[in-house]
Amino acid sequence: MDELSLYGVTLASRLLVGTAQYPSPAILATAIKAAKAEVVTVSLRRESGAGRAGENFWALIRELGVRVLPNTAGCRTVKEAVTTAQMAREVFDTSWIKLEVIGEEDTLQPDVFGLVEAAAILARDGFQVFPYTTEDLVVAEKLLGAGCEVLMPWGAPIGSGRGLNNPYGLKALRAHFPGTPLVIDAGIGAPSHAAAAMELGYDAILLNTAIAKAGDPVAMARAFALAVEAGRLGFRADPMQPRDMAAPSTPVIGRPFSDLARA
Amino acid sequence: MGKTPRIRVIGAGVAGLTVAFEFARAGCPVELIERRAGPGLGCSHFAGGMLAPWCEAESAEQLIVDLGVESLKFWTQTAALAQRCGSLVLAPARDQPELTRFARRTSGFERLDAEGIAALEPDLAGRFEQALFFTDEAHLDPRAAMAALAARLQEFKNVALRYGAEAKPSRDKDADWTIDCRGFDGRDALPDLRGVRGEMLVLATSEIRLARPVRLIHPRHPVYIVPRGDGRFMIGATMIESDAPGPVTARAMLELLGAAYAVHPAFAEAEIIETAAGVRPAFADNLPRIRCEDRRIYVNGLFRHGFLVAPALARRVVDIVLEGAHFPEVMDADPGERQSA
Repeated sequence: MDELSLYGVTLASRLLVGTAQYPSPAILATAIKAAKAEVVTVSLRRESGAGRAGENFWALIRELGVRVLPNTAGCRTVKEAVTTAQMAREVFDTSWIKLEVIGEEDTLQPDVFGLVEAAAILARDGFQVFPYTTEDLVVAEKLLGAGCEVLMPWGAPIGSGRGLNNPYGLKALRAHFPGTPLVIDAGIGAPSHAAAAMELGYDAILLNTAIAKAGDPVAMARAFALAVEAGRLGFRADPMQPRDMAAPSTPVIGRPFSDLARA
Repeated sequence: MGKTPRIRVIGAGVAGLTVAFEFARAGCPVELIERRAGPGLGCSHFAGGMLAPWCEAESAEQLIVDLGVESLKFWTQTAALAQRCGSLVLAPARDQPELTRFARRTSGFERLDAEGIAALEPDLAGRFEQALFFTDEAHLDPRAAMAALAARLQEFKNVALRYGAEAKPSRDKDADWTIDCRGFDGRDALPDLRGVRGEMLVLATSEIRLARPVRLIHPRHPVYIVPRGDGRFMIGATMIESDAPGPVTARAMLELLGAAYAVHPAFAEAEIIETAAGVRPAFADNLPRIRCEDRRIYVNGLFRHGFLVAPALARRVVDIVLEGAHFPEVMDADPGERQSA
C-alpha cells in the first residue's frame, strides 16, 4: 500500500483540506467526505473569536471523525503563534500544529525567521510542527534542525489559486529532502495544479479556498481527490522523459516518406 | 379549535413580528410575547436590512433566493417599509477576479463602468472601474421597520403585545398554537442550532451620500455599507463561528473600517456612533426551518437572512396552521432528518 506517514500517523489520503469559507457547515461536511480527506485543518483564531465560544463549530468538525490539524492562521509574531498553538492543543487535544507566521500583508508569505524560531519553541514543548514555509532550501534545513519532521512549502500565495509558482524550486526541495514528507500548502487553484505537484513527487496537498469557494464545493472536492490520486499514481509509475523530437511508436527506417515530402 | 385558532407568538424579532402580522391579517387572535422591553431588540436589531436575494446567490442556496424574492413583495408593497433602489457590488482593483466570480454566481444585475457608477452614485465617481448593479434589490432600516410593524400590530383589535414578559410553557394551553420565534435564545429546544457571531458599526458623516447599499467584495466577510439616512451608514458584518455576544473586536473593527475606507476615504473622517455584535441563529446548512412538534411550531435558523426571508416563512406558517399545508423546502421530512442535517 502507498501510504503517507506524518509524525507516525499513517494516512491513505494525500489530500488535506481546510475548513474556512464554506457556504455552510453542512456543505463543508459533505465536501470533506467527497474529498475522502482524513485530515482537516482548523483555524482557532478565525473561527472562534474569544475564548471557547466557537465550541459549536468545533463540535461539528469533531463529528466528521477526521484528524484535526489546528493552525495558527493569521498570526504575525512568534509569541502570537506559540500562544495560539498552545490554545489549539488544549481545545483539540492534539500535539499537531500547522504553524503559520505571516510576514507580509500583500502576499501573506511566511516570516521564515519567526517561523524557525516558533517551530523550535513548539518542538521543544512537545508539538509536532507542520511549518508553512517557502521553497527555500536553507529555511527548510533550519526547520528540520528545529525539530520539524514535515515541511509544507507554498505553491503560491495563500488564496491566490495560481498553482506552482516556482516548479524549479519545488523540484530542488524535493530532491534535497528525499526522505522528508513534503506537503504543498497554499496557492493551489485547480485540480491540475494538485496533480502537477504530486507528479513532482510531493507527498500530499493541503488546500482550502479552491474547494470552499468553488461554485460546487462538493464536486470540486471530488475533483481534487481524483487529481491527487492521479498525480501520485503517475509519479509512482515512473513517467517517460520529455524529449525535443518526435519519437514514433512504429519504426521508420530510411524515412522514405519524409524524404519524398521534401523533394 | 374552530376556524380562527388562538395564536401565541414568542419572540418579537423580525421572525416573530412578521408571523404575528400575518396571523393578525388572517383574523386570528394573536398574543405576541417578548422577554425584552420592546420589539426588535435581539439579533434583528443589528441586521443590515439588505433585501438582496440576487446578491445572496453568490454564497447561498437557491432556496434563499426564492424566499428572498417572495419576501421583497412584502417589504416593498404589503408593508411598504423598504426602498427599492437596487444595490451596488464593488471590488478593489486587485480583487477584480472576485468580481468576475461574483457575476458568474449571480444574476439580475447590470454591469457598470466608471461612468455608470458615477451616474448612479456621484460620490463614488472616479473610485471604481467596474461594478455590478442589482437593479431590483431593496433595503430598509431594520429598527424603523420593526417599530413600524409593531405599531401596526398594536392597531389590530385581535392582537395583544406583551413586552418584558416571559413565555411560560404552562401557558401553552391558553393558545391553540404556539409559534416559537426566539432565534438563538431558542436553542434549548433546538439542539442543532448554532450561533454565528456578526459585528457591525454605524458611522455618521455628511461628506458622503449613497442612495443604495454598497457591497464590497472582501476575502472573508460579505461587507456592505447600508445608508440609513441622516448621514448615517451601517457597516456590516463579520461572520464568525462563535456564539459569544460580547463587544466587537479590534480585528472586526479594522476589517469593517478598512472596507468602508476602501469604498471612500471620507469614511475615515466619520464619527463612529455605534458598534455592536449579535448572534445569528443557524442550522448546519445555514438554511431556515419551520419545525412542527404537535401544536408548537419553531421558526428558526434564519442566519444572516432574517429580513430577507422572514415574510415568506411567516406566510408559510399561517398556511400550515390554517390549511394544514406542508412546505418541504423549509420543513424536515421527518424528525430523524434533524440529526443528519
